[in-house]
Amino acid sequence: MRSSLFFFLVATLVGALFFFGIRWVANDYLFFAGYTVLQFIVLATAWNILGGYCGYVNFGSAAFFAVGAYSSVALHKLAAGVDRYFPEALVGLAKIVLPLNIPTLIIFGGICSGLIGLGTGYLTLRLRGAFFAIATLALAVVLQTLIVNWDFVGGSRGAYIIRPQSVPIIGSYIQYLFLIMVVLSVLALTVARMIERSRLGYGFATIRDDELAAEACGVPTLRLKLIATTISGALMGMAGAPFPYYIGYLEPGSAFGLAYAVNSIAMPMIGGTTSWVGPLVGALLLGIIQQVATVTISSAVNLLIVGLLLVGFVIVAPKGIVGLVQDFMRARASDEGRPTWRSRLAIFANMRPGAR
Amino acid sequence: MAEPLLQVDNLGKRFGGFVALDGINLSVTQGERLGLIGPNGSGKSTLVNCMCGTLQNETGSVRFDGHVVDGLAAHQRTHRGMARSFQLPRPFTTLSVAENLRVPLLYTANTRRGTHLSPAEITARCEELTGLVGLAAKADKLPRDLTQVEMRKLELARAMAAEPKLLIADEAMAGLSQSEVGDIVELLIKLNERGVTIILIEHIMRAVMSFSQRLVVLVSGKKIADGKPDDVVNNPEVIGAYLGQ
Amino acid sequence: MQAELLINAIIAGLLLGGFYAAVTVGISISFGILDIVNIAHPAFIILGSYIAYICNQTFGVDPILTAIIALPAFYALGAAVYQVYYASFEKRGQDALRGLAFFFGLLFVTEVMLILVFGVDYRYVQAAYIEYTWHISFMDIPFRMLVPCVMGLLMVGLLQLFLSRTFTGRAIMAVSQDQLALQLMAADPIKVKRTAFAIAIATASIAGALLIVIQPVEPSVGREYIGRVFAICVLGGLQSLPGTVIAAMLLGVVESITATFYGPSWAPAVSFGFLLLTLAFRPAGLLGR
Repeated sequence: MRSSLFFFLVATLVGALFFFGIRWVANDYLFFAGYTVLQFIVLATAWNILGGYCGYVNFGSAAFFAVGAYSSVALHKLAAGVDRYFPEALVGLAKIVLPLNIPTLIIFGGICSGLIGLGTGYLTLRLRGAFFAIATLALAVVLQTLIVNWDFVGGSRGAYIIRPQSVPIIGSYIQYLFLIMVVLSVLALTVARMIERSRLGYGFATIRDDELAAEACGVPTLRLKLIATTISGALMGMAGAPFPYYIGYLEPGSAFGLAYAVNSIAMPMIGGTTSWVGPLVGALLLGIIQQVATVTISSAVNLLIVGLLLVGFVIVAPKGIVGLVQDFMRARASDEGRPTWRSRLAIFANMRPGAR
Repeated sequence: MAEPLLQVDNLGKRFGGFVALDGINLSVTQGERLGLIGPNGSGKSTLVNCMCGTLQNETGSVRFDGHVVDGLAAHQRTHRGMARSFQLPRPFTTLSVAENLRVPLLYTANTRRGTHLSPAEITARCEELTGLVGLAAKADKLPRDLTQVEMRKLELARAMAAEPKLLIADEAMAGLSQSEVGDIVELLIKLNERGVTIILIEHIMRAVMSFSQRLVVLVSGKKIADGKPDDVVNNPEVIGAYLGQ
Repeated sequence: MQAELLINAIIAGLLLGGFYAAVTVGISISFGILDIVNIAHPAFIILGSYIAYICNQTFGVDPILTAIIALPAFYALGAAVYQVYYASFEKRGQDALRGLAFFFGLLFVTEVMLILVFGVDYRYVQAAYIEYTWHISFMDIPFRMLVPCVMGLLMVGLLQLFLSRTFTGRAIMAVSQDQLALQLMAADPIKVKRTAFAIAIATASIAGALLIVIQPVEPSVGREYIGRVFAICVLGGLQSLPGTVIAAMLLGVVESITATFYGPSWAPAVSFGFLLLTLAFRPAGLLGR
């Protein structure tokens, strides 16, 4: 617990430095770009809790993300039309409660997506891994169809969200959103790291390796898988909740974009799936490459880069970047035998000696 | 007489049209060393799977430690004190030997009422177990770095880490050399002397004979003999079943 | 009026079903029989569509004829993909997770390449029969649907004959069910699997041509088919081709009725909803044990 708290504080500090660094440069574009990268950190970390730790591939990340985003849209619309949607007796109360701030929306989005994750788990967890993966693909399309046909949140036309020009203390709204994403990323990373070091983390690893043997060791595999789908789904929803305010205009095509599904798989796979560091490294690397490529080349090309990197990495370096670095460090450590900054870094990053 | 630790009544299981188990009755008393033999396809593994909850039986019932365990999932039976090893070792491949043992310690031993193991105690028990089975030097290695016999030992140690009342060892010695078989039998007897009841499913007759206090024979999903090892192997029906096939 | 609408919807659904069978048969072989989760299959189908489109635009060749000519190329592509898959994942005993990610990446790369080359505009082909519709009293049978249906069923029928009557076909069936029988037949399992996977990809050539006959195509259309093909494959009991045809017909009819009475925007949810429910309640398929 104490180490997690320490980790949380350190990560928050890094995030804050990051924030003030960009603010010092005083360029709003950097905040826009940074927000996207941070959002991918949350998505990749969330995906990895189910995909990397438990070995269950989720192709439907976009759906969980979109559920978070659309839960915000729904609440926004509800707040805008309080007089229409509430009986007169409740209008007064609704007016006090409803104009929700972003943190509340994030919690609400997390709950919605978490429930969807739990439901998906219940429906599919008795299935082999491949069927689970296909079912998540199906889930994404079913949810997208529901949203397209749900006029209240804009249907296929999409919905406009007018965001305030500024917020108190921080000033510009995009900086506020950026800061919120920093906090979310730190939260996601802390959760992932806590899971890794806990009993739950061992349980997840046994599910990944051999479910039958896990059961024989007393691991309640079904319950653990439900926990994993719920946490993973909830974090993805939380990443999606502020998205309508970021983009200003949300339509099903952008919320359910394939880019989310691909990136949230590619980032952990390229970074490495066994520890929380992998998704972080992958998200930073791919996120920044894509931001640069979008500006300098085109958005189609940057998706091509992601796809090629994904295919290349799973073939050539199945352990990802973290795996490559670990192998390098192990080779160096066996040369010297005394603790170095590298081995301290390894301990901090929670790379268990056996973890590959 | 005290109630048996494990009581199997009229257990039946079918796969499609194939009758894998046909009304098996079996009781095992506390502290016993039971051998279970039978030709290939006689239903031994199905019986193990039904007792441990990997498969659910269709008819009959399993009582363990005074409670009916039918319908309980495998992990729940493990929590009640039933542990098994697998015919083909199934280690957790991305976890080290010590971490493999840590799993049942965390999920079974540590969840029993009145027990709470501190991290230090868990580490101590891991060390004790690796010492017991002779894997102390390999505690930090991954399963893929182990030899065949070490893999079998890990499999047994992991079952032991759940601190069971009953250990079901499913062909723990297949593919081992004679001296390695001797090692494993010795290990199993050592465990039994600590108070663990053991059912050994085995093909290697020498091992079964030196280990078992009682011997049960399955043929085509039916129990055809149950008694002292020497009597059983001289039973004409058993000899017929083995030689006649 | 309602009854006529319903009958027309059922006819359209059955025609669609024949085409769906052609789209799914590749998955029934690669996923159902070989246990390779090739989610990139729809991308190969779209590739087939674009090849048919190019030949139709530049030389005026019939799309289906193009597909038949392109079969060897697709077969070779399939064999190459299997070789990479085998060397990187099956041989190393790598977990299914990475194999899945590999095919997902492949799907994605193919789609983005097509977008880069052809853009996101809808493309279509021209052939004499596409415009023609057969009217029998109130029933409409558009040839645009009939030809793909007949060709699709023909292809699935030929494959079924191949799998049940030839030595190679039986070896392919044995790969999934009985490794021992395969050894007794003295067949190299890897070679058998490669052949089977290559055949599965080859079917994508035909299916792609049929797709572009039915509807205009753009690169992301393939994604709609991922859920559909797996739904049909699972419903049909994974490895049975007759099961695949029945499931394809069923899904075609249900989708067509949904589109007629509730509007086309609900149609995708039908197949995927079907898939989710099948997976949850009847994973062995409709015809399964």
